[in-house]
Amino acid sequence: MKKIEAIIKPFKLDEVKQALSKIGVQGMTVTEVKGFGRQKGHTEVYRSAEYKIDFIAKVKIELITTDEMVPQVIETLERTAKTGKIGDGKIFISPVDEVIRIRTGERGRDAI
Amino acid sequence: MSLLIAGVAFAEAPAPSLPKMDSGDTAWLLISAALVMLMLPGLALFYGGLVRSKNVLGTIMQSFIALGVITIQWAFYGYSLAFGPDVGHVVGNLDWIGLRGVGLDPFPGYSATVPHQAFMIFQMMFAVITPALISGAFAERFKFKTYLVFLVLWSTFVYDPLAHWVWGVGGWIKNLGGLDFAGGLVVHISAGVASLAAALVVGKRKGYGKEDMPPHNLTMTVLGAGILWFGWFGFNGGSALASGSLATSAFVATQFSAASAALSWMIAEWADRGNPTVLGAASGAVAGLATITPASGFVGPISAIIIGLVAGALCYYALNLKTKFGYDDSLDVVAVHGVGSTWGVLATGLFAATAINSAGHDGLLFGNPSLIGIQALSVVSVWVYSFAVTWIILKVLDWTMGLRVSEEHEISGLDTSQHGEVGYSF
Repeated sequence: MKKIEAIIKPFKLDEVKQALSKIGVQGMTVTEVKGFGRQKGHTEVYRSAEYKIDFIAKVKIELITTDEMVPQVIETLERTAKTGKIGDGKIFISPVDEVIRIRTGERGRDAI
Repeated sequence: MSLLIAGVAFAEAPAPSLPKMDSGDTAWLLISAALVMLMLPGLALFYGGLVRSKNVLGTIMQSFIALGVITIQWAFYGYSLAFGPDVGHVVGNLDWIGLRGVGLDPFPGYSATVPHQAFMIFQMMFAVITPALISGAFAERFKFKTYLVFLVLWSTFVYDPLAHWVWGVGGWIKNLGGLDFAGGLVVHISAGVASLAAALVVGKRKGYGKEDMPPHNLTMTVLGAGILWFGWFGFNGGSALASGSLATSAFVATQFSAASAALSWMIAEWADRGNPTVLGAASGAVAGLATITPASGFVGPISAIIIGLVAGALCYYALNLKTKFGYDDSLDVVAVHGVGSTWGVLATGLFAATAINSAGHDGLLFGNPSLIGIQALSVVSVWVYSFAVTWIILKVLDWTMGLRVSEEHEISGLDTSQHGEVGYSF
């Protein structure tokens, strides 16, 4: 099992979510986050005073999936979250030791 | 009491010399006074939105509490100093202390057709808003206790004498023929220049230029600007002291200048920085209103548009200079009110027309070059007086009470440190 974390542009969330649902992803956790990478921040000007906004709003998607599904999920994320402009985000993949569904006590793949 | 009864008895058998009260004039002046009163909460919102959220209540309070403090000062002796019988052409005496003799009959020296108290209460609202304007210069760092004393001292030693110079019977600028219809000299230049002195004496906010200090709620600021604009019809229109053609003319000029200045600030900033900002449009409107104030009862509608167009761009560029000079006039009172109204008083010397107001004078463009000199002299006098006296008042307060909150309180914010409240809890 793997955890896939994707930092994406907020306006892409709907498209990404629908595409992931279509390939059989049944759940995810979404968080509004702020950060910067190569895109850096932007500048806001109020009455000629410039304020550098370092952190840009992004959305972080977290989902757990089986090892077999990983290539398909990544392909879907790459395809739907991409605009080709700087700031499209990143995908992180890491192993998951165990998954437990609290209500039923199921373990492993059954709990995903 | 006997005076009052005598007045009533007298009114029953009218002598020809007694001025006749006009119900329309009285109604308009009272409504105008209420409109100007509404500018205080308007100013509170305008300024409140521009500060950081930890200081929103403290900033709102600095405008709001002026209604309390200056009303009492005005009733006890402020009105008498400003409009009472003349002493040496610079100040009123104390004959009208506690509003003694300021009754319900007209006082023809100021307004022949409305009760003297209607004129008094209308003028009071101007006295209230003027020192509140200055609070923008030292926003986010001033000690509330000291602010209360500052309000009283500044009104007593700056506002009241200046009102007398310009509007009081016997005042030297009035005698000279200087024109200030609704308070360009008395309200906006005096507050704008006092703000320069205040920004210099009080000093910068902690972290100014290093930390970000963006406005926390511009929706509030724009609503505040809208309320100010609305109230300004009373400010300028009411200064006709009568309902009729002059009030209408001032009302029209007010709208035209505000509108054109909102546009010209927005466009100047758009060209300079690439964005037509909402804050720019709102600031431009206020600049246009402050600018037209002295001219509003003397100029025609097209002149008002020209004055406003210049005002918006001029104040925008003046504001940019602040960063160059490095003083922290936090909410830009100098650039908006000081610079705007300086242009407005001088523009009165250019655009004034006796065809608009026979009680005024023609300006340079209407064949009278002498008025511009008088206007310039008035501007310089008010600049020097307001700057010097404000500086002295603040220095004395600094030595005695202290001007600023402690560093710890400045960081935690005025709301909790000065008032024990917070503006937002959600």
